[in-house]
Amino acid sequence: MIIHHPLLGPRDAQEFTVLGDASLIDRPDGMAEGAPDAFDSYLHLRDNPAGTHRELWYHEAGDRSWLVVTRDTRTHEVMQVELARDVALAAGRGR
Amino acid sequence: MADLTPITALGGTVLRHESIGALRIQEADDWALASVTARAGQAQAVSAEIRNLTGLDLPGPGGMATAGDWRALWLSPESWMLAAPLAQAPDLAATVKRTTGAAAAVTEQTDGWVRFDILAPDDARLWPLLERLCNVDPARAGPGTATRTVMEHLAVIVLRDGPGRAAVLGARSSAASLHHALVAAARSVA
Amino acid sequence: MSGARLASGGQIDRARRLEFRFDGRAFTGHPGDTLASALLASGVRLMGRSFKYHRPRGVLTAGSEEPSALVTLRSGARAEPNTRATVAELFDGLEATSQNRWPALAFDAMAVNDWLAPFLTAGFYYKTFMWPASFWEKVYEPIIRRAAGLGALSGHDDPDDYDKGFLHADLLVIGAGPAGLSAALCAGRGGARVILADEDFRMGGRLNAESFALGDQGGADWAAGAVAELAAMDNVRLMPRTTVIGAFDHGIYGAVERVADHLPIPPEGKPRQTLWRITTSRAILAAGATERPIAFADNDRPGIMLAGAMRAYANRWAVSPGKRVALFVNNDDGLRTARDLAAQGVRVSAVIDARADAPDPGIGGARHLPGAVVTGSAGRLGLDTITVRTAQGREFRIDADALAVSGGWNPNVHLTCHQRGRPVWDDALAAFVPGADLPAGMAVAGAAAGTFSTHGALHAGHAAAAEVLEALGHTPTAPDLPQAEDAPVNLRPFWHVAGKGRAWLDFQNDVTVKDVKLAHQENFRSVEHMKRYTTLGMATDQGKTANVPALAIMAELTGKTIAETGTTIFRPPYTPVALGTFAGRSRGRDFKPTRLTPTHHWAEAQGAVFTEAGLWLRAQYFPRPGETHWRESVDRESLAVRAGVGLCDVSTLGKIDIQGADAAEFVNRVYCNGFAKLPVGRVRYGLMLREDGFLMDDGTTARLAEDHFVMTTTTANAVLVFRHLEFARQCLWPGLDVHLISTTDAWAQIAVAGPKSRVLLQRVVDPEHDLSNAAFPFMACGDITVCGGLRARLFRISFSGELAYEIAVPARYGHALMERLMDKGADLGVTPYGVEALNVLRIEKGHATANELNGQTTARDLGLGRMVSDKKDSIGAVLSRREGMMREDGLRLVGLRAVNTGSRLAAGSHLLERGAQAVAANDLGWVTSACWSPHLEAPIALAFLKGGAGRLGETLRAVNLLSGQDTEVTVVSPHFIDPEGERQRG
Repeated sequence: MIIHHPLLGPRDAQEFTVLGDASLIDRPDGMAEGAPDAFDSYLHLRDNPAGTHRELWYHEAGDRSWLVVTRDTRTHEVMQVELARDVALAAGRGR
Repeated sequence: MADLTPITALGGTVLRHESIGALRIQEADDWALASVTARAGQAQAVSAEIRNLTGLDLPGPGGMATAGDWRALWLSPESWMLAAPLAQAPDLAATVKRTTGAAAAVTEQTDGWVRFDILAPDDARLWPLLERLCNVDPARAGPGTATRTVMEHLAVIVLRDGPGRAAVLGARSSAASLHHALVAAARSVA
Repeated sequence: MSGARLASGGQIDRARRLEFRFDGRAFTGHPGDTLASALLASGVRLMGRSFKYHRPRGVLTAGSEEPSALVTLRSGARAEPNTRATVAELFDGLEATSQNRWPALAFDAMAVNDWLAPFLTAGFYYKTFMWPASFWEKVYEPIIRRAAGLGALSGHDDPDDYDKGFLHADLLVIGAGPAGLSAALCAGRGGARVILADEDFRMGGRLNAESFALGDQGGADWAAGAVAELAAMDNVRLMPRTTVIGAFDHGIYGAVERVADHLPIPPEGKPRQTLWRITTSRAILAAGATERPIAFADNDRPGIMLAGAMRAYANRWAVSPGKRVALFVNNDDGLRTARDLAAQGVRVSAVIDARADAPDPGIGGARHLPGAVVTGSAGRLGLDTITVRTAQGREFRIDADALAVSGGWNPNVHLTCHQRGRPVWDDALAAFVPGADLPAGMAVAGAAAGTFSTHGALHAGHAAAAEVLEALGHTPTAPDLPQAEDAPVNLRPFWHVAGKGRAWLDFQNDVTVKDVKLAHQENFRSVEHMKRYTTLGMATDQGKTANVPALAIMAELTGKTIAETGTTIFRPPYTPVALGTFAGRSRGRDFKPTRLTPTHHWAEAQGAVFTEAGLWLRAQYFPRPGETHWRESVDRESLAVRAGVGLCDVSTLGKIDIQGADAAEFVNRVYCNGFAKLPVGRVRYGLMLREDGFLMDDGTTARLAEDHFVMTTTTANAVLVFRHLEFARQCLWPGLDVHLISTTDAWAQIAVAGPKSRVLLQRVVDPEHDLSNAAFPFMACGDITVCGGLRARLFRISFSGELAYEIAVPARYGHALMERLMDKGADLGVTPYGVEALNVLRIEKGHATANELNGQTTARDLGLGRMVSDKKDSIGAVLSRREGMMREDGLRLVGLRAVNTGSRLAAGSHLLERGAQAVAANDLGWVTSACWSPHLEAPIALAFLKGGAGRLGETLRAVNLLSGQDTEVTVVSPHFIDPEGERQRG
């Protein structure tokens, strides 16, 4: 597999480790009302699509960037690669 | 100065040099290293401070810049490794920190790494070695690049100084394994 | 003697002779020969015995598709079984032996299997060895393993090295026949980075095997010229002896280069083979085609080979296949063999052509039999006669010691299938051709795409490369291709001759037409079922010569077309690959890298025994003269720490430098206990949870400045924790000003532990640093200098429970600092200790390690539940409070002390009530860490015990069914030593 790192260009998958569904970015607020249920969903409920899937990959043997890789689970085609930090910021995550 | 005698990353008191065919593999310990990471919103300030201190323009992703005895490699977004001759900068991190102040996170890295310089007459004789060790495209790793990648399961940074020249930075604790990998590959292609 | 070397011709170096041995007999050949061509030229037809029936077998093909001529190459540790003689490049001193025969190839006692054939048909195992079940392992399997199978492994370590490597290209051309050479020339001339790989040691493909001309040159000469031009281009890499074994995701191809297989042994330091990972923008598959046989009774007799192969032996290797050669074909291409043999002076006695309207090739002296078929063969260990049935139904015998068979050609579509692509049936060619769903970036050209003529292949290769050049922004040059034959495919599909005898389809797995019929009869009719029921196509050749005829027969039986019947597809590797090639250099001690501590060489000089901790080698203990058991050393080291002072290299713990305006906030969120208010110059023990509330890691974290922390992790989790922190920093809280970098390798860190540790440290720490208890109390930290100005860090932390410090200096000084501490502490009895004593000391103190933080345990289980702050949001805090994790009768860390000090206590033992049966239902918990405590002079342990907090003082049993131990233990506090912590604060 080749992942086109947004900063470094095409890099071999062996430089990366995969974590899983990119929805892990959307961590609930632990101090909010209903946090136990929110964390239960956040941690345990996942889509398992045949098709487009957004995943978190970490460039461990590279620049240590976390990436959001949009991939087709049927063909392994990679459609998009973004810095996870940018995705998180765009989703309104901050401090 | 301290009355303790350092050892090299390979555990000796002298640096290891190997000549294998047209290739030379040299253990080197003459760089002081410090990582410099811009604090939030401080990238431009850090670039300016580093330029004042070193004359370097901090490089972009995958790049390496040199100015006089100074050298900077890109590590990760808004983070660089600075290198200077160890003899002249025995406490590089402190020097850099004095310059950048709160604009940057500076971390002493001199002892975290081992460096092996690889010398070949030209790129045509350098790449047969590198291509047996790391999945790096020669077309994207010419002189002036610093590529973080893997060699025999070890995370490394491959620096390209010029034609036929590369330096491999690896974790100091695995210096012996990295050296073994380089030497075995050199014998294989020599 | 039937085969012989022709007087002239061939691409062999007749000036040089190579000596080799087959089954102990001496032969000679020439450079350019394969083992098969040299044996055929020496008159040897019998080369092996078949897998199941032990049928005599010879050469069927001239390439990597060979199913029959499998031999063991070399001897001793280098013996390689099941090597195809047809691709084994001859070298001086080559040794080969035949396989699957006893006592000898010409007289094989197991050939009795052939007489038992009626009982050994498809599904035989499933039907026969069903009962009783206990017989399978003890009786049936050993018998079958002796009787069936091919070569045997040497049983020795492979003495050779294998390399791995990585290549990058704009274009990978797979196959160097006319299409591949033409493509490479076009792309190379156009300036693209090209790799041209071919499995053969001589590039040219069929051009080397055919007699026709390209322009005014012979085909082989044109190929040699093309190869020479390519070799002169800097942008082209030629890789002969290189099989592209697989097409993987995103333009990655695997290739095996046989670097030294054509040499007796690889030169010193050189690999035997190299496994390449080729990353390329585009690929052109120009892998050619494979000829297919026609099935008839006893069509596996040595001397019967494919027509194209026989032509290759004659043209490329100057081998006459026999004294009287017959042909059995259904297409015009096969007739070329008759013409080429006749032109070489070989006597062709008959051309049997299944087509009623077959053209007469006009071979002088040969009978032309249109509409005729071969119905059988005879000869004890090789072909003597064939039986022919004419169009009129008349049967007669023809003397022939060689028979060339051609049922047409199958494009080599294998790599087009590696990402689930399905070939499609082409009626005009009577063959499967690549489908539209090719791996991304792949094009197919030449015979592999069903373009069988040389003219067509040359032009298709050029056109495919031109398209690649344009896509990459290069300008292709105009084609400069020679005139070449452009014969159309003229073939009438004909798969098998009906009759009584056994007609072979899969020569390697011994599958016949009857087996396919049986599969059909027993309703295993889909191609996938047929394949698995009969094992057809499941041998190492993946049925390259067998699959299509078998599908055609199944189509006949079911009354469907072949297109409707469909085909199985192919998987990597294209041809078998030695396991050593996949292992590469990662074998034995080089299986994984090794990390050495800064004091490793010093410890080695002290005679330390080392143990592995992840990739690290750590000193386990330091035996002294006279100590005969490891525990003597460990007891001495442990007691020395408690009584005086000991030294242990703890550099392996992960060290993460955390800086930024929000560093304190960040640390506070990743540890479940409070860190925001940790004062500068102080260290705190931190518990890190996973988001699911279970323990992830623990360690001490020091605050060096308002905006600067140094976190330590356990040795095992250093990488994992760093990854986790980067995830939190980049993905969860990207707005925090916090920056991470590992400094694990930068510091040599030495634990100085024991009541005399302060005294010792005062002798190396520069005098301006006050180490008094008031100035530098328990859990203090700070930057200091040692030995006259060396920058260092000092942490007053204790894993042993004693007064203790950890001192860190730049890694290159670790060795010298250790020597200095040993020297300065000699009068204090300073003692180096290893991880074994470290473990004893921390068990005595009740400190957790990875044994206790095994991924299934919680802070509460450790008795540290109150550390999980509910005043802040930290990773894992919410889910750590789940109902099931708050149970009163949940696990709790306790200490255990053996009732009888002479008994043994082992980690992994389970806890039971006295008198309870040792079954899972009675399980009360388990022992995580155990040791002999030299301090308490008793076996002690840490354990997780259900409701443990309420069971102090009870007597239980620690039962270890693996070692047969059943030990009575008393449940005690896990803090065996100094539970109030007075020593470490002193």
